[in-house]
Order: sequence, then C-alpha cells, then structure tokens
Amino acid sequence: MSMKIKAKASGGVVKAKMMIKHPMHTGMVKDKKTGKKIPAKYIQEVVVTANGKKVFVANLNTSISKDPFLSFEFKGKAGDKLEVTWKDNTGATGKGETVVK
Amino acid sequence: MNKQRRLILKTLMQGGMALGALVAAPGAALAAWMESAFKAKDMGEAMKNLLGSADAQDSDKVRLETPAIAENGAVVPIKVSSSLPNVESISIFVKNNPTPLAASFEIPEGTEPKVSVRIRMGKTSPVTAVVKAGGKLYSTTKETKVTIGGCGG
Repeated sequence: MSMKIKAKASGGVVKAKMMIKHPMHTGMVKDKKTGKKIPAKYIQEVVVTANGKKVFVANLNTSISKDPFLSFEFKGKAGDKLEVTWKDNTGATGKGETVVK
Repeated sequence: MNKQRRLILKTLMQGGMALGALVAAPGAALAAWMESAFKAKDMGEAMKNLLGSADAQDSDKVRLETPAIAENGAVVPIKVSSSLPNVESISIFVKNNPTPLAASFEIPEGTEPKVSVRIRMGKTSPVTAVVKAGGKLYSTTKETKVTIGGCGG
C-alpha cells in the first residue's frame, strides 16, 4: 500500500500533508455480496520523524476516513528527511519518505 | 552463588513488572495505542482512559474547524489548532459515534499545535477537540449535522 507525502518549508516551519492508501475497515460493515461482516482493518498508529527525530504521532480509530489524510506543522527546513511509518490492527505496516522542499 | 543469582533475577523481574505497570497506567504519555480509550463506547470513559480525566475546561484558545453540515458522513474534515503554550496532545471526540474517540495526536516540542484529519460520523453529533497543555485539559465543542451517515454500508 502506498502513500503520498508532501512537505514544504516556509519561514522555519514545515507544513506536512500525507495520504495513506488504506481501506480503514471498521469491522461493522457487511459485504453486500456475501452478507458477512468485513473484518476490522484500520491504521492505529502513524509516526513521523524528521532527520530521525520524532515530530508527530497520530493514534487513530476506526472512525478515520478511508485512505487517511493527515496534516501537521513543525519547526524545520528544506532538505529535512521525513519518514512516515504506520501500523494497523492486524500488524501490517507501511512506510514512506520524502525530503522537505 | 546460585541463590544470589536467583535473587538478582527476581529483583530485576519485579522491577521490570513495576515499570510495566507504570507505563500502562491511564493518563500516562500517549506512547502506545490505548485500547481502553479507543474501544470505549462512552465519551467520558474514553476521555478518562486516554487523558486521565473527563473534565476539560472550555477554552477559546482551542480552535476547532468543522463543517456545520456534513453531506457525507464518510469524510468530514476536521482542523484543530491552539494558541496555548506547551501543548502535549490534541484529541478528537465524536460523542455520538459508536466509539467516540476518533484520533489522538502527540505534539512533541518543536511541532505546532495544528492538525487536520478526515473522519467518519455515523450521525449528527457534537465534535469535541481536547488539548492537553501544561498537564491540563482544554476543549472546544461544535455540532456537525450529518445528512448521510458514514459508518454503514
């Protein structure tokens, strides 16, 4: 599963936006074809580091929309290396990275 | 010799367990996904399990941007920012969702207290942003009307 990350520096502050491709199944919705509940599969934790230092942690629930979108701001500069990792309730993980523009 | 080794091991294990209990205590730093808060069906319980208290002081220094009417409950954009100093975390609660706690964000030093996220809302509900700053809780609540719920299928 992929993710999109954009980070831009201006005046010492970096604005970071990301969208992680993930179904975010709540576990409460029925599959229309089979009539069975689709098991819960949702991201619980997203951790963002800048040059190895933790700058943001998001703990999420099933009530976050499909393909979670998150944005935040931190003190940083162009060239900083951002790394995003996520983990869902089934233990699946994903990773993405970008360089601040 | 053997006896002494066991004693050391025992002491180490007890120490380790005590440390584990400390880490797991409610209201501790949001180091890990707190199941008791995220799975709570009652907002007060979710707040207490996550932040150590269900009482937050209403504050205009917590800015919450939500749509007054959400036509599609599956994607409701939420923005929270704060002018309070020493913000440690920002949490979002939707009172009428099956599990009210939607998200909780850790704000380390150097990160601005300003986040946005898109959430699901099953029906019309108050949305509350709770900011933990300097060890205290501050909040702002706004109602969002939902025309088509976002949790069913």
